[in-house]
Amino acid sequence: MLSFIFRRLGLLIPTFFGITLLTFGLIRMIPGDPVEVMVGERTLDPQMHADAMHRLGLDKPLYAQYVDYIGNLLHGNLGESLVTKTSVWTEFKTLFPATLELALAAMAFAVVFGLLAGVIAAIKRGSIFDHGVMGISLTGFSMPIFWWGLILIMFFSVKLGWTPVSGRLDLAFDITPRTGFMLIDTWLAEAADPSANAGAFKDALMHLILPAIVLGTIPLAVIARMTRSSMLEVLREDYVRTARAKGLSPARVIFVHTLRNALIPVLTVIGLQVGTLMGGAVLTETIFSWPGIGKWLIDAISRRDYPVVQNGILIVATLVIITNFIVDILYGVANPRIRHAK
Amino acid sequence: MSLLEIKNLSVEFGSEKNPFRAVEGLDLIVNQGEIVGIVGESGSGKSVTMMAMMGLLEGQGRIVADTLQFDGKNLLTISARERRKIVGKDIAMIFQDPMTSLNPSYTVGYQIMEVLKIHQGLRGAALKQRALELMEMVEIPAAASRLNAYPHQLSGGMSQRVVIAMAIACNPKLLIADEPTTALDVTIQAQIMELLVNLQKSQNMALIMITHDLAVVAEVAHKVAVMYAGQVAEMAKVPGIFRTPTHPYTEALLKSIPEHSKGAHRLSTLPGIVPGQYDRPSGCLLSPRCPYVQDKCKAQRPGLTAIDGGVVRCHYPITAKEA
Ligand SMILES: Nc1ncnc2c1ncn2[C@@H]1O[C@H](COP(=O)(O)OP(=O)(O)O)[C@@H](O)[C@H]1O
Ligand code: SF4
Ligand SMILES: [Mg+2]
Repeated sequence: MLSFIFRRLGLLIPTFFGITLLTFGLIRMIPGDPVEVMVGERTLDPQMHADAMHRLGLDKPLYAQYVDYIGNLLHGNLGESLVTKTSVWTEFKTLFPATLELALAAMAFAVVFGLLAGVIAAIKRGSIFDHGVMGISLTGFSMPIFWWGLILIMFFSVKLGWTPVSGRLDLAFDITPRTGFMLIDTWLAEAADPSANAGAFKDALMHLILPAIVLGTIPLAVIARMTRSSMLEVLREDYVRTARAKGLSPARVIFVHTLRNALIPVLTVIGLQVGTLMGGAVLTETIFSWPGIGKWLIDAISRRDYPVVQNGILIVATLVIITNFIVDILYGVANPRIRHAK
Repeated sequence: MSLLEIKNLSVEFGSEKNPFRAVEGLDLIVNQGEIVGIVGESGSGKSVTMMAMMGLLEGQGRIVADTLQFDGKNLLTISARERRKIVGKDIAMIFQDPMTSLNPSYTVGYQIMEVLKIHQGLRGAALKQRALELMEMVEIPAAASRLNAYPHQLSGGMSQRVVIAMAIACNPKLLIADEPTTALDVTIQAQIMELLVNLQKSQNMALIMITHDLAVVAEVAHKVAVMYAGQVAEMAKVPGIFRTPTHPYTEALLKSIPEHSKGAHRLSTLPGIVPGQYDRPSGCLLSPRCPYVQDKCKAQRPGLTAIDGGVVRCHYPITAKEA
């Protein structure tokens, strides 16, 4: 198990280098530089442009810029935004809880309903429910997030008026951010001062529901399909027959003897969805004006805010890698054959 | 009263329009403390018969029978809940491949104790004590340390001992061993077989020993049912059936004993294989392979006729031919 962990850790170093090269290169391939974008439509004096680029250190050759970048990284320096002059790490820390809250809600939605649908579809294989779940999940899997988000907003927010259109909380509320999780902060605020903050929690929840559903749809579809096929496979196993032959109840056969083993591949799939989720968050946050990392990165790209783009993406990628790493270890924990491997 | 009584059992798979009868008109009686051998090549319907009786086909097969009675209870009309109180407790089954019969995610101890918890309500120290006792009964060395082992840490023979421990946990009245040694090394096979027979005596259980190896059955069984393509070809007492086999198929099985015990899968004495869903002949099911086949065999399926101490399904039983 330990050597398994070390082997996985060893793979991380080249991965990080790859990511830095990619983000460093890609953002510079987009036409326009930070200074041009800042000035916008106005014509820019070439001398002033050169001075500004020099001040930002962007007049150096590319390889020198890259070496500087890596040097800073190795010193733990993530740089600061060219636009706001705030450190990238500070901005990230401020905005990340919003994305995390959205991602967790989306994942909770996807896992709960995905597992449920997958398990029932497998048990009732060939039934209308089974065909329904598989058909819908195939659609969900290929759903364009942008279109899906707009459809939900049109229907639930605009037509029915059930949920707000954008943001995390109604402007009428003034909540001190304590954890950065709006659900928790509003709940604490309501508990502290029920009269001033009445309804804040519910309002935060209503803001969260639609974006969480939009972001959770693809993972939901993937999890439901994976759960179903994994369940069907395990249900054919000899040890499930043994479990039945022991006179165990159907619930015990399914939940103790089938699901436990069927979950192992599903767990990996759930872990892999973290990457999808981060990608989806960018779009979802843009549609719902959700003040999180996704929106931050999109804004930074359009401003050619190189340090934010480079390091913001690096941080997000690191998080994705760490989650996948944890998933790998959990996979080992869930599977005795791997846990005990030398 | 007999412990298990099966009369005219049929099990059908496939669609209603295009059914496949894996078991057809099967009769079987097992008395208390008796060892009954069921032999026949792969695909004869041995496993399906037992699975149907225990309710393990899970709605996959359509089961019809005149009588399906165990220990005075009618298994045809019993509720699923009532059946689960019998299955795993009074009737237990051991399967062919021990390496895949245990759940890889749970310890051996957990899987043995699970039966004791569910059927006998044992808890705590008494539960663990009984699990250890069972592991010692099936001669697992260093039982206490094996309690926390996972199945992948055990050899095939050791796994089969664990499966046997699970099966005898609640002192079943009937133990069904479905080719319990087929998947094991030849050296281990004899040990497991001996263990089963010893346990049968000490626990005074009835034992149904399913195998395609007649030699095994010849040594231990009181009675043998020879199955072919879903039907009983011959059922008779031991040792009579070995001295004077009446059915051509039994005779062929007997002649092939030497090779069979060496692990050959085809019958050298009888070319061909058991007919499946699409190639069952209209007359006697054995007619394409039978060395004694006559015109009548191809035209008409034989029924069961009584012989000395049993039944046979053949138009021209061997003793009659010789007489
Ligand atoms: N669940 C099932 N669905 C369809 N056919 C089956 C099923 N189980 C067994 N059969 C068929 O029934 C026949 C008898 O099988 P089985 O009882 O396993 O034979 P044996 O145990 O004697 O080797 C075989 O032809 C097999 O393919
Ligand atoms: S009925 Fe005919 S074909 Fe069938 S076993 Fe008897 S002799 Fe052979
Ligand atoms: Mg079988």
